[in-house]
Amino acid sequence: MSAEEVTVATAPVDLGDDVRVRRRAGSAVLRMTEVKAADMAHAPRDPVTGEQADERMILNMGPAHPSTHGVLRLLLEMEGETVLRSKPIIGYLHTGMEKTGENLTFLQGPTNVTRMDYASPLFSELVFSLATEQLLGIELPERATWIRMLMCELNRVASHLLFQATNGMDLGAVSMMIYGWREREEVLRFFEKVTGLRMNHNYIRPGGVAADLPDGWQDDVRHLLDIIPPRLDEYEVLLNNQPIFRARLQGVGVLEPAEALALSATGPILRATGYDWDLRRDEPYLAYDRVDFDVVVGTCGDAFDRFAVRLEEIRQSLHIVEQILDLLPGGDYRTQDKKVTPPPRARIDESMEALIHHFKIFTEGFHVPEGEVYRAVESPRGELGCYLVSDGGPKPYRMHIRGPSFANLQTLPHLMYGRLVADAVAVISSVDPIMGEVDR
Amino acid sequence: MVIAADPLLLGPIGLEIVLIVLLKVVVSFALLMVSVMLMVWFERKLLGDMQNRIGPDVAGPWGILQTLADGIKLFFKEDLIPENADRPIFKLAPYLSLVPAFLVFAIVPVGGDFRTGDGTVGWFGNRTFLQVADPPMGILLFLALSSVAVYGVMLAGWSSGSKYPLLGSVRASAQMISYEAALGLAIATVFLTGGSLSTHEIVSSQSGWNWNVVTTGVVPFLIFLVAGTAELNRPPFDLVEAEQELVGGFHTEYSSIRFALYFLAEFMNVITMSAIAVTLFLGGPDGPILVEQVAWVWPTLWFSLKVLAFLFTFVWLRATLPRIRYDQLMDLGWKVLIPLALGWFLLIAALNVGRDRGWSPLVVVFASVAVLWAGAAMLRGAVRKARAERLALEFESDEVLDAGDGA
Repeated sequence: MSAEEVTVATAPVDLGDDVRVRRRAGSAVLRMTEVKAADMAHAPRDPVTGEQADERMILNMGPAHPSTHGVLRLLLEMEGETVLRSKPIIGYLHTGMEKTGENLTFLQGPTNVTRMDYASPLFSELVFSLATEQLLGIELPERATWIRMLMCELNRVASHLLFQATNGMDLGAVSMMIYGWREREEVLRFFEKVTGLRMNHNYIRPGGVAADLPDGWQDDVRHLLDIIPPRLDEYEVLLNNQPIFRARLQGVGVLEPAEALALSATGPILRATGYDWDLRRDEPYLAYDRVDFDVVVGTCGDAFDRFAVRLEEIRQSLHIVEQILDLLPGGDYRTQDKKVTPPPRARIDESMEALIHHFKIFTEGFHVPEGEVYRAVESPRGELGCYLVSDGGPKPYRMHIRGPSFANLQTLPHLMYGRLVADAVAVISSVDPIMGEVDR
Repeated sequence: MVIAADPLLLGPIGLEIVLIVLLKVVVSFALLMVSVMLMVWFERKLLGDMQNRIGPDVAGPWGILQTLADGIKLFFKEDLIPENADRPIFKLAPYLSLVPAFLVFAIVPVGGDFRTGDGTVGWFGNRTFLQVADPPMGILLFLALSSVAVYGVMLAGWSSGSKYPLLGSVRASAQMISYEAALGLAIATVFLTGGSLSTHEIVSSQSGWNWNVVTTGVVPFLIFLVAGTAELNRPPFDLVEAEQELVGGFHTEYSSIRFALYFLAEFMNVITMSAIAVTLFLGGPDGPILVEQVAWVWPTLWFSLKVLAFLFTFVWLRATLPRIRYDQLMDLGWKVLIPLALGWFLLIAALNVGRDRGWSPLVVVFASVAVLWAGAAMLRGAVRKARAERLALEFESDEVLDAGDGA
C-alpha cells in the first residue's frame, strides 16, 4: 500500500467547531535518506524544491530520546514548532529474531518469540504455539486453552496499564507513570508466581502451557480483580476528568477509519476510529466465543479515544478473567501426545520409551508435518500474526511475525502532520509501539 | 524623595550601619542557599510520597543531605561545551538566571511586627526592617529582575548551537514574556489597593488580616499564581524544559556546575516567587502573636509557613498535572489571563474612583460589568475570526505547497 493512496482526505476533516485536521494532499512521509538529512542539518533546504528554507529545519528525534519508547527514531521536518513531514526510522533494536527462529526447534520457539513484544510476551508465545499446533494437527486439552486465555487477558491488562503509565508520562503527568507501574506490578507478581518470570515467560508452548496454575491462584486473581478496577476509577479522576489532559489529547492525531484500514493499523488504533474489529470476536480462537465481553470502539479516532479505548479494554479483560475464574475446567494443562509433550520426570526412570522420547524432544525436537500456516491473535497492540512454513523437520523453514506495532508505526507521519512537536510526542505515545516487536 | 524609608539608613551612616547591612546580606544569602537545599529535598520527598515512593533516604537523616551530595557530584563532573556553542554567551547565561533569583529576595520583608509596630526590629541598638533593601520602586524591581532572568534561559538555548535547546529557548522567550504581562497586571491591582510600590508599604497596608487576597477580590491572586507558575517554568508550564518533548529544553547541553547553577536558580526562583506572592497577597509576615514572650518569632514564623504552603502547592501541581501544550499556553496567557487581569484592574480602579467621588457602588459595579462584558464579547469575536482566518490560510498554504511536490 503506497502512501499516496493512504491520504484520502485532501479536504480538511471536520471534527466540530474547533478541531480540523491538516492533511497533506501528497504524502506526510518525509522521503529522504538519513545521510541527506544529516547533510541538511546545518543548512536547511526545502527537501522538495531544493530552495533555501530558513523557516524549516530537520529535527532528529531519537533513537535516544526520552519519549520515543525505546529506540524509535524520527526525522521531523519542522517549521518552528510545527511538525510537517516526518519519517520513522526503525532497526535500532533489530536482533534477527525471525532468522534465529529458523535455527531453533518448535519447542524452543516460544523462548525466542517471547522477547519480541516485551510488554505482552504471552501473546507472541500464544500465536507461535497456535500456528505450530495447527501444523501438527493436535487437539489441546480444554484446561490448557482456558489457562492460556486467563494469562493472555491478564497480560493485556498489564500491557494496557503500561500504556496508561507511559502515556501519562509523555504528557508530563509523571505521577501517572508510577501509578500505572504499580498496578502492572501486581499483575506481574501473579505472572511470576505462575511462570517463574515477570516477563519473557516461555510459558505458553506448543502443546499447552509449561506448568499448571499454582495452588491458590484463584485468590491471587481475585485480589487483582479487587484492586485494579478502583484504581482505574482513580485514573479517570486523575486523567480523564482533567481539563489539561483532555486538551492535550482531544483532536490530536486524528485517524479516519478508511485511513486506518489503508495503513493496516489494527488494535486500539483501528477501534478508536470507530471501526468495529476485534479478532477475539470476529475470528475466535481459544475459547473467546464462550465468554462474554464487549469490543470497545471510539468515535473520533484521536489520541484521547485511543487512550479511552485502552482504559475500557482493561475493564473488559478483567470481566473476561472474572468469567474464566468460574469456567476454568479441570484436566490436563498440556496435550498428552507423546511426540510433542515430554514425559514426566518419574516416567523416564521406568520406561525406555519415555527416555527416548524425552531425549529426542530435547535434542532433535519434534518433527512438524510439511505445510504453511498463518495464525493471528488480538494482542494489546493489534493483530499479531505468525506465519510458519515447515519442511517436515524439527525447525521452522521460515517464521514471520506480523507485529502490530510495525504496521501501526506507519500511521505516525499522517497523525503528526501539521501539529506541534508536543503533539508528536502524544501521538507516538498513543500509538504505543513496542520496538522489540517492530524490529524483531 | 528619600532613597529608602528604612530607619537604619535615615541617620548618619557609620561603620556599624554598614556592618548591619552586610550582615543582612550575608544572612539572607545563606538563608536562601539553605532553603534551596531543603526545598529540593522537600520536593523530592513529597513527590515520592505522592507517587508511592520513598524518595531520597540515603544521604544523611531522611536523605536531607541529598542536595548537597548532588551538588558535590555535579561540581566534579566534566564541564562540556558543545562545538557549535557561542562560548562567551554559553558561559554567561547561567549567571543571568542565577543572579536575579538572588536579588529578588532582597526586597522581601521576612519578619517584623506590622500590627503593633511599624515593621522594624531592633538590631544592636538600631531599628531596621527585616529585609535587605526597601527601594521605593520595590516590586518593580521584582518585575525587572524576572525579565532579566528570561535572558538567562533564552541565551542558554540560543548559544548552545543545538536544536532542542533552541526550541526550548524560543518557547522560553515567548512564554516568560507573555506571562510577565499578566503577572504585572495582577500586581498592578495590588498597587491600587496598597497605594505604594514599596514592599514594606504593601505589607504594612495589609496588617491585621487586611490581606490583599481579599481586598483585591481573589482574582488577581489566582492570576498571579498561574502566571507565576508559568514564569517559573514549573509544571504544568514547564514547556521550556519539557523533558518528554525537548529532552532537557534550554539546558540540554549544560553539564556539571553550569547545570547546577540552573538547577539552583530554578528552585531559588520558586522560593522567591512564593515569598513575593506572600508579600503581595497574604500579608507577608502578618499574623497573630500567640506567645508574647517570643513576639519577635511569630511574624517570621507566619511568613515561613505561608511560603511553605506555596512550596507545597508547587510540588502538588507537579505531581498532579500533565504539561500544557505550547499553543494552549499562549491561548491561556493572551486570551484569558491578560484580558481578565486587565478587566479586573479596571474594575478595581473604577471602584476606587467611585469611592473617592461618592458614586453609588452598585451603579459602578453594574456599569463596569457591562463594559467588561462587552469587551469580553468583542475579544471573543475577534479571537474566533482570527482563528477562522488562520485555519483558512493554513489549508490554503498547504495546497500551494503540495502543488510542487510530486513525491
